[in-house]
Amino acid sequence: MRIELTVNGTRREVDDVWEGESLLYALRERMGLPGSKNACEQGECGSCTVYLDGLPVCSCLVAAGQAQGREVTTVEGLADGEELHPVQQAFIERGAVQCGFCTPGLIVSTHDLLERNPHPSDPEIREALAGNLCRCTGYEKILDAVRSAAESKR
Amino acid sequence: MTTTTEATTASHGRVGDSPLRPDGTLKVTGEFAYASDLWHDDMVWGVTLRSPHPHARIVGIDIAAALAVPGVSAVLTAADVPGANAVGLEHLDQPALADGVVRYQGEPVALVAADHPETARRAAKRIVVEYEELPAVTDPRHALDEDAPLVHANGNLVRKMQIRRGDADPTAPVVVALDFEVGMQDQAFLGPESGLAVPAEDGGIDLYVATQWLHVDQTQVCRVLGMPPERVRLHLAGVGGAFGGREDLSMHVHACLLAMRTGKPVKMSYSREESFFGHVHRHPAWLRYEFGAEEDGTLVYAKADILFDGGAYASSTGAVVGNGGTLGLGPYRIPNVHVDARGVYSNNPPCGAMRGFGCVQAAFAHEALMDELADQVGIDRVEIRALNGMREGDENITGQLIDSAAPVAELIRIVRDMPLPAERPADPDIRELPGGVSNTTHGEGVVRGVGYAVTYKNVGFSEGFDDYSTARVRLDVTGGEPVATVHTAAAEVGQGLITVEQQIARTELGVEAVVVHPKDTSVGSGGSTSASRQTYVTGGAVKAACEAVRDAVVARAAGMLQRDAADLHLSGGKIVDATGEVLAGLADVVGDEGVEETVEWRHRPTEAIDPVTGQGNAHVQYAFSAHRAVVDVDVELGLVKVVALDTAQDVGKAINPDAVVGQIQGGSAQGMGLALMEEIVVTDGKIRNPSFTDYLIPTILDMPPMKIEVLEYADPHAPYGVRGVGEPPTISSGPAVAAAIRAATGRALRRVPVRPEHITGV
Repeated sequence: MRIELTVNGTRREVDDVWEGESLLYALRERMGLPGSKNACEQGECGSCTVYLDGLPVCSCLVAAGQAQGREVTTVEGLADGEELHPVQQAFIERGAVQCGFCTPGLIVSTHDLLERNPHPSDPEIREALAGNLCRCTGYEKILDAVRSAAESKR
Repeated sequence: MTTTTEATTASHGRVGDSPLRPDGTLKVTGEFAYASDLWHDDMVWGVTLRSPHPHARIVGIDIAAALAVPGVSAVLTAADVPGANAVGLEHLDQPALADGVVRYQGEPVALVAADHPETARRAAKRIVVEYEELPAVTDPRHALDEDAPLVHANGNLVRKMQIRRGDADPTAPVVVALDFEVGMQDQAFLGPESGLAVPAEDGGIDLYVATQWLHVDQTQVCRVLGMPPERVRLHLAGVGGAFGGREDLSMHVHACLLAMRTGKPVKMSYSREESFFGHVHRHPAWLRYEFGAEEDGTLVYAKADILFDGGAYASSTGAVVGNGGTLGLGPYRIPNVHVDARGVYSNNPPCGAMRGFGCVQAAFAHEALMDELADQVGIDRVEIRALNGMREGDENITGQLIDSAAPVAELIRIVRDMPLPAERPADPDIRELPGGVSNTTHGEGVVRGVGYAVTYKNVGFSEGFDDYSTARVRLDVTGGEPVATVHTAAAEVGQGLITVEQQIARTELGVEAVVVHPKDTSVGSGGSTSASRQTYVTGGAVKAACEAVRDAVVARAAGMLQRDAADLHLSGGKIVDATGEVLAGLADVVGDEGVEETVEWRHRPTEAIDPVTGQGNAHVQYAFSAHRAVVDVDVELGLVKVVALDTAQDVGKAINPDAVVGQIQGGSAQGMGLALMEEIVVTDGKIRNPSFTDYLIPTILDMPPMKIEVLEYADPHAPYGVRGVGEPPTISSGPAVAAAIRAATGRALRRVPVRPEHITGV
């Protein structure tokens, strides 16, 4: 089937989509946007988090066809040209990135958290990011990055 | 075609600084090319058909129905393997594709390539494999019984190691003993096993893959394909974590076989479920320990009997037994020792390397017993460790001289003296309580406990292994500025080796711009990204290659300047004298042709231990760490919240202090996970929880804040004084958490992960 949707502000038409494909698969394998990650493909790890009409979702749990006519923003769509988003900058500067496989999902989830709550407490950060698994960092530097990004937006 | 990561350059930072990762921007923008992101216009997808049985004879395989599926381009079985159908890190005991028999649930039996992954999966289901089930060894404690079924023809023992030291029949006034059991942990790296095999015009193949050791993979792939190494070229694709789980082959050979058959690039990328079947796990272990001590708590003797379940294939079980045996009594001074460690075959999932490698399991036992001893003799649990802790100048239980810092007493006292977390407030945030947002308690039934643990771990490969790394360093002038290029095959898996390589080159060559060449097999082996060894060994190789380049440049400059080479130095991209006066620009000396040197570098040799006494200099270096855990336990529901997990570790020299802290934080989380929640549940040889829904790893809600103190007692035998960092935190954190739960509940808790029912006793 064909789906039409807006991805990172650009209208896209995607052909030959099989009905069983997830939005994650379509983004990664059909639209050249592999930034959203395939760590569990069952909605447990958050690595594939994207915005769908402004709400964060696990794109592995959304059928590609469900994105028909809708707006998707991925990790590739957060920087302003060459200029990184403050959340991205904070993750680099605070050492919140090791292998980085969880990073795209955490960037999107943190972006969403700070949009909703610009100055979250530590328990609020922890609750908001509880759906994003990271295996490398032990999360301490991720907390540092979120606090730092919130501070930089002050 | 997108393939591997680009060469990475970055900014400032020398040894001892914490420059930012050169791949950071790519990783936060989603542009970093992981193995599962690889793509080629003409590629097809490969999938694996795996055994549903723990042990069965393959009576027949009919692939006709699968081949008939439109879009399918190849279906392969063992009959299609052109070379030797045998792989393995220590023993070539594992077929690339099962031939006549399957020995574990999940063993690869057949491969399919098709134009869509779903087409390939559906076709694989149409392969008809007729099995005749065989009796299986599913309890490794009976693997060596007379009547146990044989997993392999030569018997079910992979390795036995024994240590005998001092009095063969010692006695002591105080004796404590316990049995302990450790469940099967998974590395649970987030980036699934993936890669892209691309047939080349020369009849060879290029494999882009996420791995820990390109050259050991290359050797194994060559053997199965029946091709020489110059035609099997491996390239490191972006690695989404490893932790030991990428030491063995996964899809490497399979993708190459399909690519050779179809003539097309083949991508394979496991699902999370397949990943649980597609790599080895941490060995489950059964441990029986006995300590004898004087009335004051001074250890007189220790006995240990350790059994590791190796599963169906050996993988690195032999080396894990070696670590369990030589290091399994912990960092203590023990004059009389009797240790037996065994690894056995079974029809359970194969087990091999995971961070901490044989020491993790043992530490749960020796630390629980050390607490028991402290209580028995009536001294403090910290002080008994300080009393018995190893010191520099001691011999360990294999008779090896500890010839650099061994600050056991200092580390355990540091964590004890760190401030404790505040008492739980009267009206606590439920997110900081056991059960968290499940809202299971507001503090009622919650008891706090504190626990301690200390460990030591070998760094680098041991027992006489020829452990080396190769570095090629080149100095060029580009646009008038000197640029160093570092080329090693040592795998960056997230830990930050590429940053360290740049820091060393900047330090040794006095240049700012350092390019890290993509990792591949066109340079010599870097050895494995394992055993906390890369900063030490590949760092040593890069340092040595830089020194060789520097010597060559200085020699050239000495000739040009008519000066004694001993008076010349490299600094700030210039040739300077001892006073810092600039004598020439590097560009003038290096010229158009550049200077390049390749060095193969080795650490001090180790030796095999004596097979009867277990004595010998088995290891290169030892690394020490201590943890203190503070937990709140809901004793009615059996739920645990770790409130604090504080640690101290000697790292010799922190090449990159921020990255060191990152290793300690991440490693501690994995140890905590094993104590509390992480277990692959295997019953009757079958994995019951192959998903992140049912195999739990710590989330950001589970991890407490950590206080970390890093000591830097330089090891005089190591480059810059470094000591391996990555593994000790995974070893001492879990036992500290278990001890804290025991302290809170008063229960013995002789098994990890600790489950709610162990706490409640229901």
